[in-house]
Amino acid sequence: MKKVLILGGGVGGTIVANVLARKVSPSEANITLVDATGKHTYQPGFIYVAFSDAKPENLVRNERSLLDKHINLIIDEAILIESNERRVRLKSGRILEYDYLVVATGARLCPEELPGFKAAHHFYDLDASIRLRRALDNFPGGRVVIGIGGIPYKCPPAPAEAACQLDYYFTRRGSRHKAEIHYLSPLPRVFPLESVAPLVQEIMESKNIQYIQLFNVERIEPEKGLVHSLEGESLKYDLLIVVPPHKGAKVIEDSGLGDKGGWIPTDKYTLRVKGYDDIYAIGDATDIPISKAGATAHYEAKIVAENIAAEIKGSGMIKRYDGKVRCFCDAGFKKGITMVFDYEHPPKPTRLSRKWYYAKMLVGKLYWSLVLKGWA
Amino acid sequence: MGQDVKVDRVIDARGSFCPGPLMELIKAIREAKVGEVISVYSSDSGSKRDIPLWVEKAGHELIGVFDRNGYAEFIVRKKR
Ligand SMILES: Cc1cc2nc3c(=O)[nH]c(=O)nc-3n(C[C@H](O)[C@H](O)[C@H](O)COP(=O)(O)OP(=O)(O)OC[C@H]3O[C@@H](n4cnc5c(N)ncnc54)[C@H](O)[C@@H]3O)c2cc1C
Repeated sequence: MKKVLILGGGVGGTIVANVLARKVSPSEANITLVDATGKHTYQPGFIYVAFSDAKPENLVRNERSLLDKHINLIIDEAILIESNERRVRLKSGRILEYDYLVVATGARLCPEELPGFKAAHHFYDLDASIRLRRALDNFPGGRVVIGIGGIPYKCPPAPAEAACQLDYYFTRRGSRHKAEIHYLSPLPRVFPLESVAPLVQEIMESKNIQYIQLFNVERIEPEKGLVHSLEGESLKYDLLIVVPPHKGAKVIEDSGLGDKGGWIPTDKYTLRVKGYDDIYAIGDATDIPISKAGATAHYEAKIVAENIAAEIKGSGMIKRYDGKVRCFCDAGFKKGITMVFDYEHPPKPTRLSRKWYYAKMLVGKLYWSLVLKGWA
Repeated sequence: MGQDVKVDRVIDARGSFCPGPLMELIKAIREAKVGEVISVYSSDSGSKRDIPLWVEKAGHELIGVFDRNGYAEFIVRKKR
């Protein structure tokens, strides 16, 4: 009987566990998932808490309710991975052994890494999104600036999406004329994907969203209401929204498994942690230079589950991850765009359409029942 | 190979379209010490425009751009 241990009950960890539980019988493998909170949060919903009317409680469910009944769920924090001994220490003092370890501990927000961050808002966790919504509701008018405070960060298109949502929010409230929206792009274009950037630029221009390119937020000076870039520029704000710097989970750093940012060096095809044949990493936790997105974690999780099942059954590795990511972005006014790409194929240009907005809403609805179960 | 500087860190960003090789370079520059040299491999056609633009604006040094087999290599020194 093999022991499979999964750290993290987010998108990646939950899908690996559920797919694996279908592929191997309880007599072949014991599957244990450790999650620090025991709660699962649908992060793409944060945008709708901050800029629309999503109810925060609808974004959170008990992890237990999302897992196959054969999976053991332990609500505890992994604090040390002892790879030589093939075991993991938990905060409670418990020690778990494994034959296969899957690390899916996601990304950690580190606002303290950006000087002056306390003066900024963000929409990268639930509480901050609720606070941002309140600040917008009370905003008397002026300049709203939205920027990015560190690389990498989750869901690279999200800040541009948020700029469009701000426009939609103020328009619905009838106060668009009182708000100037400025989007600070870290790149020399307004959107990470080159083939899609011209369309997003057109969308921003049509919404009167102003943008500054090559502006990586480095420092905030709240007393003067100024945000400064790594490239040496500054901009005044009345309300500032900044994506906080991200790092890998602390347990990765403490276990000596990460790079400088705490991201795990991972083979981009096999998803094995470099130098190990019994540890896999998926989702935001890896150093693979592709989008930190639920879609990435989802595709990776299915590959890893299939390959661990194949190893347990003795049929060897069977699948490689081809880098596939698909995402939908909401441009406001019930219209959106979509992008599909992999390691070999850059995304094709897309069109603004209602279809992609509704596709995004549908993914949100099917997330709990199909995506997390590994059926989609 | 057309270069004789010592590279301190290589970033293989081939196959990355989102966030893309420039984002990987910005991340690496933020982590590096002044004077360190970083090499980025990119298969994204946008990099030939993006990377030199950012390097110049951010005040670093583009030591060279080299066409390799199916990808480009950018060598950059952190200057400040
Ligand atoms: C505002 C916003 C919008 C987004 N929009 C989209 C979108 O439209 N499309 C898309 O594809 N993606 C989107 N994403 C990104 C997506 O949510 C993440 O990329 C995805 O959740 C990553 O999955 P993961 O499993 O790697 O990590 P997570 O889902 O973050 O899960 C990590 C889990 O690990 C647990 N954990 C961490 N450390 C420990 C530890 N030491 N011990 C035990 N447990 C631990 C955490 O509690 C958490 O449950 C968005 C994200 C944000 C913030």
